[in-house]
Amino acid sequence: MASVELALSAQDVSVQFDGLKALSNVSLAVPRGRITGLIGPNGAGKTTLINVLTGFQQASSGIVELEGPTINGVAAHKLRRMGVARTFQSGRLFRELTVVDNLEVTGVGLGHNRHHAIGEAERVMEWLGIAHLGGTIAGALPYTDERRVAIGRAIMCTPRYLLLDEPAAGMSEHESHELATIIRRIANELNIGVLLIEHNIGLVLELCERVFVLDSGEIIEVGPPQQIRDSDAVRHAYMGTQRDEPMPALAVDGAAA
Amino acid sequence: MTGLLQIVFDALSLGSLYALGALGIALIFGVMRLVNFAHGDFIAFCVFAMLWPSTNAAAIVFAGNLPSWLLVPLLLLVGAGLSVLSEIIVFRRFRNANPATMMIASFALGFAMRNFLLMLYSSRPKSITLWPTLGLPVEILGARIPMLQVVTIVITLVVLAALTLFLKRTRYGLEMRAAAENFTMARMLGVRANGVILFAFAISGMLAAAIGLILATNSGTADINMGANVMLIAFIATVIGGLGSVPGAVAAGFLIGAASVIFQATLPNEARVFRDSFVYGAVIIVLLVRPQGLFAPKSAKQRV
Repeated sequence: MASVELALSAQDVSVQFDGLKALSNVSLAVPRGRITGLIGPNGAGKTTLINVLTGFQQASSGIVELEGPTINGVAAHKLRRMGVARTFQSGRLFRELTVVDNLEVTGVGLGHNRHHAIGEAERVMEWLGIAHLGGTIAGALPYTDERRVAIGRAIMCTPRYLLLDEPAAGMSEHESHELATIIRRIANELNIGVLLIEHNIGLVLELCERVFVLDSGEIIEVGPPQQIRDSDAVRHAYMGTQRDEPMPALAVDGAAA
Repeated sequence: MTGLLQIVFDALSLGSLYALGALGIALIFGVMRLVNFAHGDFIAFCVFAMLWPSTNAAAIVFAGNLPSWLLVPLLLLVGAGLSVLSEIIVFRRFRNANPATMMIASFALGFAMRNFLLMLYSSRPKSITLWPTLGLPVEILGARIPMLQVVTIVITLVVLAALTLFLKRTRYGLEMRAAAENFTMARMLGVRANGVILFAFAISGMLAAAIGLILATNSGTADINMGANVMLIAFIATVIGGLGSVPGAVAAGFLIGAASVIFQATLPNEARVFRDSFVYGAVIIVLLVRPQGLFAPKSAKQRV
């Protein structure tokens, strides 16, 4: 499936934490230049899967491939250099550093000299429209700006893949709309393969070409948004959702034990 | 007026010493949440590195005889080397241990070093004469200030300025600031963790060597416990300054130095011998009022 298209992919990946199976035989592909969605109730294993794809977590079994070569066991910072970037659920900026320093340190971490890193930081801030925030201490940023800076940090030096872990959490409708525009631009203009993990299912269905649904560590459905919308399995995972209603913006806790 | 100036210089020079010590501890705490209690023994080790190992009462000066333009860099190198070595041999194994475990490991390392010195040099303090001319007073605005005090203050200010520039203006400084705030995250972003930590240890070791040189010049003796007092105060300074805040540690170092000198100058004669109780009493009050320290950074607690 992923043999022709360039992709970051997981094949039959399982992750076990002392008897608890967080992921079992999960296969997923994130093609270059496309937006792929990953949804699922809380505790389904979404973040664990991102961790496996970005080298933050070792897979107990299965294969992770980056455009062909296997990348199992490659450390997170090395994967970042190979072009696999991510954001984190709570932004995780360096709160005492300025925005430009936050981006710059990423550039430096990627092996560039300081001069180049500053140039790249300025370019990225310009591209995202946050150039005016450069001198602000990251800890003082409002929530949505913090998210934009986190995305900026992740697209420093233009990675090949970007994994967004709940970038819209806590955003208003207007704000997530702006976010959607940015995500589209990232995929289209920068040819980055985006994996979008979101509880805001409306956003996922609107943006993604293909959506994976994870529940209790297993992929229960894959397909285009329309298929996900109509899937009984998905509706079952998000208990209580009516067929004709749009899916709730936030998943219900503890669904499908 | 000259009396006041004398007090100011006393406070500044003592504060400088504590600030340098606190800086050495705060830098390492920043990058790996380790309170290095062996720091005091690094200080003593650097001083003894100038002497040839012997248990005689009279010190056999060895490296101490070198001209100062060679001696100072050599000793800084010894301090940096020792500190880096302790990271590679000891602290690296405790990277993921909890802070209490690391702290105890540092106690153990300090113990081992002290007893190593004891074995080579015996416990007798040895006299050592470094730059006796620095003991001579110079006249500043009518006050007679020992040259060493002036030198200590100047060195500290230069070190602080250089370190600030380093942290703000160089990529290593940037990496160190990021790592100090969130080590795991910095590492994930590709900041060379080992490099940053080794660098922090090297700087810390050089600071220990500088303190050793100042103490040895001032007291004219080498004693295996000579670093203990500075280490203790420096540790307290990092706590008062807010663990994790490098500028806070430096400021608190100066503050404690100033408090000591002011108590020394103003307490009634009978109370003066208890000066340290007053200083530590003030420390307790500060901590009661601001348990997080005077300049606690937001990142002090969280560590992914």
